[in-house]
Amino acid sequence: MGSKYDVLVIGGGNAALCAAISARRGGASVLVLEGAPKFYRGGNTRHTRNMRCAHDAATEILTGPYTEEEFWEDLLRVTGGQTDEVLARHMIRESKDILNWIVEQGVRWQPSLGGTLSLGRTNSFFLGGGRAMLNALYLTAEQLGVDVAYDAEVTDLVIEDGMFLAARLKRPINGATEIRATSLVAAAGGFEANIEWLKQYWGEAADNFLIRGTPYNRGSILKMLLDKGVQEVGDPTQCHAVAIDARAPKFDGGIITRHDSVVFGIVVNKHAQRFYDEGEDIWPKRYAIWGRLVAAQPDQIAYIIFDSTVVTSFMPTLFPPIAGQTIAELAGKLALDPATLEKTITEFNAAVRPGTFDHTILDDCVTEGITPPKTHWARKIETPPYLAYPVRPGITFTYLGTRVTKEARMLMADGKPSANMFAAGEIMAGNVLGKGYAAGMGMTIGSVFGRIAGREAAKHARN
Amino acid sequence: MHGTRILDEADRLMTVCNSCRYCEGLCAVFPAMEMRRAFSDGDLNYLANLCHSCGACYVDCQFSPPHEFNVNVPKTLAIARAESYAAYAWPQALSGAFARNGLVISLVSALSMAAFILGFVALNDRGVLFGAHAGPGAFYKLMPHNAMAALFSAAFLYAILALVMSVRAFWRDIGPPIGGRADGGSIFQAIRDAGELRYLHGGGVGCYNEDDKPTDRRKLFHHLTFYGFLLCFAATSVATLYHYLLGREAPYPWWDLPVVLGTLGGIGLVVGPIGLFVAKSRRAPELLDENSYGMDVGFIAMLFLTGATGMLVLILRETAAMGPLLALHLGAVFALFITMPYGKFVHGIYRFAALVRYAQERRTAA
Repeated sequence: MGSKYDVLVIGGGNAALCAAISARRGGASVLVLEGAPKFYRGGNTRHTRNMRCAHDAATEILTGPYTEEEFWEDLLRVTGGQTDEVLARHMIRESKDILNWIVEQGVRWQPSLGGTLSLGRTNSFFLGGGRAMLNALYLTAEQLGVDVAYDAEVTDLVIEDGMFLAARLKRPINGATEIRATSLVAAAGGFEANIEWLKQYWGEAADNFLIRGTPYNRGSILKMLLDKGVQEVGDPTQCHAVAIDARAPKFDGGIITRHDSVVFGIVVNKHAQRFYDEGEDIWPKRYAIWGRLVAAQPDQIAYIIFDSTVVTSFMPTLFPPIAGQTIAELAGKLALDPATLEKTITEFNAAVRPGTFDHTILDDCVTEGITPPKTHWARKIETPPYLAYPVRPGITFTYLGTRVTKEARMLMADGKPSANMFAAGEIMAGNVLGKGYAAGMGMTIGSVFGRIAGREAAKHARN
Repeated sequence: MHGTRILDEADRLMTVCNSCRYCEGLCAVFPAMEMRRAFSDGDLNYLANLCHSCGACYVDCQFSPPHEFNVNVPKTLAIARAESYAAYAWPQALSGAFARNGLVISLVSALSMAAFILGFVALNDRGVLFGAHAGPGAFYKLMPHNAMAALFSAAFLYAILALVMSVRAFWRDIGPPIGGRADGGSIFQAIRDAGELRYLHGGGVGCYNEDDKPTDRRKLFHHLTFYGFLLCFAATSVATLYHYLLGREAPYPWWDLPVVLGTLGGIGLVVGPIGLFVAKSRRAPELLDENSYGMDVGFIAMLFLTGATGMLVLILRETAAMGPLLALHLGAVFALFITMPYGKFVHGIYRFAALVRYAQERRTAA
């Protein structure tokens, strides 16, 4: 390990490793600086499980074709048009080859997991999950001769006129506190784990947010780049949030703290009042809106309430539901006002109209005469024990990033492309994903732009 | 709550894993888990014995230690598995043999080998014991064939009885239908899965040993040991048929079937256990149940002793060393037989039963 490399990769997740491998395969000497300790390496890739790639025909693990056009339409729909079409279409085209390329780097696919049938055609799942994928990429990178340093926190970037010169380290690596490189690939994620930064937009409410992924995505590299003249992209005030169990740890609870039971009951706030149509839409959209809805409620807490007839309708949960033989008993355990909760449920039950329940479609079970209504899957809550999950906003990722070109090259605030700085992954996801999300897209952005960034960074270093 | 601390922990982990399911493609444990929402003692013992301890789920898990969810499935199931052997042992009075199994196995082996040596010394004069014998019936100058056959048949039949009674208790405990019988298709599937160690493969890349680079070493050494054992068993069976049906007495020439089978098996039983022992010594401690070290090594050592003494008898059978070596070999085999139901040998029986159950569940679900 020296202090001068062709390509320096900052970050240690999917995008960073794809960049490192692709740069190394392009003939460059490569150092990866992962700010986390070895166990926590890989940022939020640890918590992922699949990737969305376009393909023209069914494969061994994908049940049917998913064309570039269909992928584009899905992206357009989830972002409401907040995307860079040129960049997005380029990514979608490149994603086709990623299906094979990533396997050549040691990653193995498997058919969609139990309970995710709706993704069986579009998304390829990693055998063993995101950490298994990372382990494979690290193994390949090390076999190729990529140097990797853990606990390698970067404190400053030396950038002159849009030209990266060196990175300064908190702790020396083999005696060096400054690493120089011909090209830089920044793949260090967003800032969702930086509560102080979130507070700039969300105020004190951010103290009640839970961070679903790594505590190491504090956005320090993103901030350095923006402070040093890189053009920003994406709404800084926005983040992707879902409702997760309020008993989850502050950081890194991962996918297992999620709740998908909203449609089977009602959701009330700390005043035991309903506040939104629980039957508005089908998975996965219904899953993605509840984080923001709960964030807007007092103390950022809410309770999914259902009865014993539906407990087997959704996946088993990490935390058991809180139970009461009566509504009042349940309210007591949740520290809600019993009379108000009883009134809310009685009114809801009275408003439920008969219908044929089917949670796989937008069915005809509706309420009448209450506000807000429940427009699908409305059934009476009347069979004890009564059950509840407390939920809080769980932040997945942020949208603010560095603007890039098709070559993953960063653009400076004056519109000029940087000579030698590239970005990949969540740190530039906002270029493609201005808002919203669809399963597996983060990994697509990471792998596609990681591979491109590594290739271009190596090309620059050769010239 | 379950009867033991380790089953409580296994229950906690299966609840975590059942809400994640990333590992469902790695082996049989996780698909079997997904067929349940709650876990009885029997369910957990079933999953524990279904686990082949390849370690992939630990290396792949985003929640393994130092994460606060502290998910370590291989180690937890290894401890639960070891405890299940004692829980289902027949007769229950002997279940304590599992508590300090290494010591028990060593003592039984030593006593058994000593008994054969003393027996040979007491019943033969020195000339016979240390004489060189050759030709058909050479072994039986030291111990009459009928005595040998009677003693070993009795030991073997007892082992079979105890194993059948134990696995019956296990089978009844691991799930509905109560007293359900295994169907032929499921048994055939389980024979294939066990025969190729299908689930000792880390989902395809090999199993995890001393670091994060998976290999197929343990699978290879287990195959050598297991098929070596089967070949030796086949050698003995063929020899028994020769004796009673054809009237041909051991020792047989080197090219004859019992010797060929026994030699190949013996090589497996020497090389395999050595490889398994080395792999065990090097394996990452976080994947192992250190309390079962004695049991594991005791069993490996006994298999090695059986194979090594057998090979020595073969090589030196025409010299004066044959008598003492034959005593040692018979002592080792006798000890192996009578401790079968009370040592690591049972892992194969319970795991096979679990694989049959799993094949059944898959067929029912399909």
